[in-house]
Amino acid sequence: MRIVVTIKQVPDTNEVRLDPRTGTLIREGVPSIINPEDKNALEAALTLREQLGGEVIAISMGPPQADDALREALAMGVDRAILLTDRAFAGADTWATATTLGMAIQRLGQFDLVLAGRQAIDGDTAQVGPQLAEYLNIPQITYVREFAIQDRQVKATRTLEDGFEVLETALPALLTITKEANKPRYPTAPGIIRAYREQTVEQWGIQEVQGDPEKLGLKGSPTQVKRSFSPPPKEPGEIIQAAPAEAARQLISRMKQRNLL
Amino acid sequence: MEFALSEEQELFQKSVREFAEKEVRPLAQETDATGQFPWSVIRRMGEMGLMGLPIPEAYGGAGADYLSYALAVEELSRACGSTGITLAAHTSLGCMPLVYFGTEEQKRRYLPALARGEKLAAFGLTEPGAGSDASAIQTTATLKGDEWVINGQKVFITSGSIADVITIAARTDPSAGNKGISNIIVEKGAPGFRAGRDEDKMGLRGSVTSQLFFEDCRVPKENLLGRPGEGLRQFLITLDGGRISIGAMAVGLAQAALESATRYASQRVQFGQPIARFQAIQWMIADMATEIEAARLLVYRAAWLKDRGVRYTREAAMAKLFASETAERAAFKALQIHGGYGYTRDYDVERIYRDQRLCTIGEGTSEILRWVIARQVLQL
Ligand SMILES: Cc1cc2nc3c(=O)[nH]c(=O)nc-3n(C[C@H](O)[C@H](O)[C@H](O)COP(=O)(O)OP(=O)(O)OC[C@H]3O[C@@H](n4cnc5c(N)ncnc54)[C@H](O)[C@@H]3O)c2cc1C
Ligand SMILES: Cc1cc2nc3c(=O)[nH]c(=O)nc-3n(C[C@H](O)[C@H](O)[C@H](O)COP(=O)(O)OP(=O)(O)OC[C@H]3O[C@@H](n4cnc5c(N)ncnc54)[C@H](O)[C@@H]3O)c2cc1C
Repeated sequence: MRIVVTIKQVPDTNEVRLDPRTGTLIREGVPSIINPEDKNALEAALTLREQLGGEVIAISMGPPQADDALREALAMGVDRAILLTDRAFAGADTWATATTLGMAIQRLGQFDLVLAGRQAIDGDTAQVGPQLAEYLNIPQITYVREFAIQDRQVKATRTLEDGFEVLETALPALLTITKEANKPRYPTAPGIIRAYREQTVEQWGIQEVQGDPEKLGLKGSPTQVKRSFSPPPKEPGEIIQAAPAEAARQLISRMKQRNLL
Repeated sequence: MEFALSEEQELFQKSVREFAEKEVRPLAQETDATGQFPWSVIRRMGEMGLMGLPIPEAYGGAGADYLSYALAVEELSRACGSTGITLAAHTSLGCMPLVYFGTEEQKRRYLPALARGEKLAAFGLTEPGAGSDASAIQTTATLKGDEWVINGQKVFITSGSIADVITIAARTDPSAGNKGISNIIVEKGAPGFRAGRDEDKMGLRGSVTSQLFFEDCRVPKENLLGRPGEGLRQFLITLDGGRISIGAMAVGLAQAALESATRYASQRVQFGQPIARFQAIQWMIADMATEIEAARLLVYRAAWLKDRGVRYTREAAMAKLFASETAERAAFKALQIHGGYGYTRDYDVERIYRDQRLCTIGEGTSEILRWVIARQVLQL
């Protein structure tokens, strides 16, 4: 089994504070972490390797500091870590991100399974996984909370809003993993030491992915940011103070006024 | 000057912090209330390689530097003092003498299982009549044939009754005074060795503190640590390293006190505003934060000196002295900021207050440390 896990370095949103005047995020001094659901993807890959043998490769696209995230993946136990970093990759939207990741994965040659997190806690689109599967032209199963592999078939349970769906497909395939899937392992002390003293994070730029610069970074991004703004603060709710029957009447008439009923 | 941790140390600190927050802190209150040794936590720490941090890789340890080990003790103590002291005593007192002075054979025999946390180590120096004055120990070990025959009693030995490997100090040559003390390794189950009752302590209630009895206890001749007569020198060196870890433990507990106080002060409203708005509270918080920062720097620097192979006796004593007294002040203030609620078991400051109290006593009381420091400063 050759398993590729895509991981994104994100700001720890638990530690992010809002600038009270501008309402924007203060990113300065905020520690960076591996996107939480990417850790679930890593855990799933490592468990699978323990069962079936093989190799786990972590790939991330980002600035040079994303090296930290890949070292952590090495400390958790992945065999190989690749950082896609190049000025030409900067300013990528989700499609250009997926394209870059896809080109890199193709350069790896053969692979059996790609695991992505369901969603990044900063960008929040949940698009990169599905787009990457499209780029690689392989089947995808999203929102996976549980899966197993047998005879080169993957059977996965996806979480829907109102239930579960069980799907089956052939390898190679891409799954996006949710936080319900498992409890990620902690890096071990010897793992951390090995990650920094013995292992390396491979750095790939535009040359290594053999990418067409027109398809990457800002140039390759069909989405354009026209304006960014913080939504206005939510209006406080209103409590209708009246006897239950009267309160219900008022509530229904208000809902009708707003075409909610 | 370089005040930043290396990337390796940063990832290490972050990982241990996450483990401590998620897996250790939730059990801390219960560990304290029941006085049950946190075996499940210790086993998991073993799996993560935390029980053998400064043990060289060749003997199954992580081969981490001493600063990383101090970071681990700090983070775990921040979540649970009992877990912190268990790690500190196992590593600095139990394992390190074997690393420093053990023969190749002894290292191979004991260290790998200790590093994996499958076995626990302890160090038995203190006796009923020998506390601060460790050279007053009465326990004797006499070589008879191929065995040491040990007689005497030890008290206050961390993890003593549950440890598998205990290094004890004994008089092997009663006529030679301080030069007649040696350290000998005793394994659990050695004939003539038994543990008495565990102490019913004020704090650190999840950590085991034991009385040990030796009645014609027999261990093989090869269990002597290093050369005969080197016991005193060996345990002074061991205690220098141990003091860094007690300093780290004090910093962790003080940090926990500060965090609880900060949280509470921002939420508790009196006179129509959060008490954090009152200058009296702010000054307490400011003093705590400042002293903790200073204590942390002293502890990290002592560890850094040790990692560089520079003498650090004075710095370790200063770090332990200042950090433990900082923890004492921080715990007092944190409890004060909590008012009556701080005096109940509903908030963790009460536990922190009791847990930190050990830090000015174990591995050299504040009085003894001031003496150690003064002797160095005055060159006595
Ligand atoms: C026009 C435009 C310009 C942008 N410019 C920048 C910029 O300059 N710098 C910047 O940081 N962001 C930039 N962004 C945001 C960036 O495109 C997204 O953050 C990124 O594409 C991932 O989307 P997401 O965060 O919604 O991830 P999701 O789609 O929610 O992530 C799902 C999963 O995809 C994988 N994944 C996502 N991103 C990566 C990655 N980088 N490496 C490896 N795996 C990944 C992970 O497994 C993740 O769990 C830009 C966006 C737009 C629209
Ligand atoms: C929870 C806990 C865990 C422990 N773990 C271990 C362990 O694992 N292994 C081990 O060997 N020991 C251990 N100890 C013992 C600890 O190291 C001793 O308690 C400590 O060294 C003090 O000795 P003592 O209690 O006999 O006090 P004493 O030495 O009797 O001191 C009493 C008081 O007199 C003061 N004093 C003594 N001499 C002087 C002096 N010359 N000048 C000024 N003041 C002085 C002391 O500072 C103190 O205030 C532990 C103790 C505790 C409480």
